[in-house]
Amino acid sequence: MRLEIKDLHVHYGKIEAIKGISVVVNQGEIVTLIGANGAGKTTTLKTVSGLRKVSSGAILFDGQDISKVPAHERVDLGISQAPEGRGIFPGMTVLENLEMGKFHRKNRRHEMNEDLDKIYALFPRLKERTSQAGGTLSGGEQQMLAIGRALMARPKVLLLDEPSMGLAPQMIANIFRIITEINKTGVTILLVEQNAQQALQRAHRAYILETGNVVKEAAAADLLNDPAVREAYLGTGAHS
Amino acid sequence: MKIRSFFNLRDFGAGIWERSNRLQRVGIALISIFLVGLLPFAGASFLATPIASYDAVLVYPVGIFVLMALGLNIVVGKSGMLDLGYVAFFAIGAYTMALMGTLTSLNTWEIMPFGIAFAMLAGVLLGLPTLRLRGDYLAIVTLGFGEIVRLIALNSTWTKGPNGIANIPMPPDIGPLKFKLDDQKVFFWVVVVMILLTIWMIRRLSIRRPGRAWEAIRQDEDAAELMGVPTLKYKIWSFTLGAAIGGAAGVLYASKNLFIAPEMFTLNVSILILSCVVFGGIGNIWGVVVGATILGYLPDRIRFISDARLLVFGLVLVVVMNFRPDGLLPRKKREKAIVKREVSA
Repeated sequence: MRLEIKDLHVHYGKIEAIKGISVVVNQGEIVTLIGANGAGKTTTLKTVSGLRKVSSGAILFDGQDISKVPAHERVDLGISQAPEGRGIFPGMTVLENLEMGKFHRKNRRHEMNEDLDKIYALFPRLKERTSQAGGTLSGGEQQMLAIGRALMARPKVLLLDEPSMGLAPQMIANIFRIITEINKTGVTILLVEQNAQQALQRAHRAYILETGNVVKEAAAADLLNDPAVREAYLGTGAHS
Repeated sequence: MKIRSFFNLRDFGAGIWERSNRLQRVGIALISIFLVGLLPFAGASFLATPIASYDAVLVYPVGIFVLMALGLNIVVGKSGMLDLGYVAFFAIGAYTMALMGTLTSLNTWEIMPFGIAFAMLAGVLLGLPTLRLRGDYLAIVTLGFGEIVRLIALNSTWTKGPNGIANIPMPPDIGPLKFKLDDQKVFFWVVVVMILLTIWMIRRLSIRRPGRAWEAIRQDEDAAELMGVPTLKYKIWSFTLGAAIGGAAGVLYASKNLFIAPEMFTLNVSILILSCVVFGGIGNIWGVVVGATILGYLPDRIRFISDARLLVFGLVLVVVMNFRPDGLLPRKKREKAIVKREVSA
């Protein structure tokens, strides 16, 4: 598995949101894209999952250009996304939400139970709430559900869009711990975050995005200690 | 809130249904169907409609409205797409019946598949380019489509323009059951059978993959796509199924009315059918049936107050929607999209 974004350009109407980004995600890595609002992080992720059209450039997955493949077929290839703002189905129960996650694999009961067990092991909280409507969960639980649902598709690469958004610090730490755990089971992760501190601590490599361009690419640990990065994205060190 | 808790017919009905075993359910269903089948004989009771013939009212508007509202409910209620041009499919069905009925020797039942097929074809042709749109944009395009179909019928020579098409043949008799102008019981039974088939189809689909896909699309289309749901395909399917039912209703209507003209297929009809769906309870089959029955029947029941009729009709709509904003029999609560966002606990 290797995901490669090559000189990607994406437009919203006439406005160019992504101006030639190149990103590489290798098998087993956690790669994070960090940057301020409007840097193009979410757009990049949506383009990889297929919700946005590519203007020019390529997205290579295992060497094959998938930029013309519709989003729902990319799930079959092994690309799965937990959307921004959680994007769970508010009117479906937790279990129904999780079932939607394996929609593309038709009905395979025992496979599903296997996956459910794995997900409930990662998120015991979800098991307590299987028959509760998704919309009535707390923000953290919704985020767990969104990640769990994406895992139901048995992805090779998991795209996470701001999993820390709107969550309490304790829950953020919890979610990031689980992300690392998921990664250890062999799932490659491409993570978009504004919480640079947490993301850089968990990721192997990182890209910094500014107004649609990659301005820096390095090992996450290096960026964590880079004075310029600390200045711009990590505050003045009060958190560390 | 108070009214809802004291008067929850949906849960009352669902409760009875869930407590019964299979045999009892078959019994309830058969008795209900039997009672509905007897409706045309109740013409002498308080149900009677002044001026308009009672059993004709049961067929159109009531029966046809229920059928169309069920079809529109697949599009609006199940998959959440606002279609303001539903009358187009009704018109296509009706014109198929009118043209083929007067120009060929085929009878109503033989023309029915053609009417449905043409309506479905129109659904696909309209759906392919437009279903990429969402919400308001889709509503405007479908509204335009409804008008286009009417204007084509109004301005073409092969549809006889504003004069309309007369002498459409009645359906052939089914055994001893004869179709007559002055006694429309048989028409009503045919509509009831079509309604039952439609309900059966919708219920089958709802619990399977299409139903789950539509539900996901309605709640969050992007998320559905990310789950591997081919959203465009399922949206077109939903649209086309709705169209098929509209077409079937049109064929039957033309064959019952014996005469059709473009002025019968105005935007008003689309809006009225949409009102039936919303009034009854968007997304809930039984709500839609009740809504369409009331909205079809009421204007004819109060015809004796002539001019004030539409005023009362509008007033009923306003009052009911104020007290029951989700319709008379709303869909189950948890199916509604309430997103409660809290800071995580």
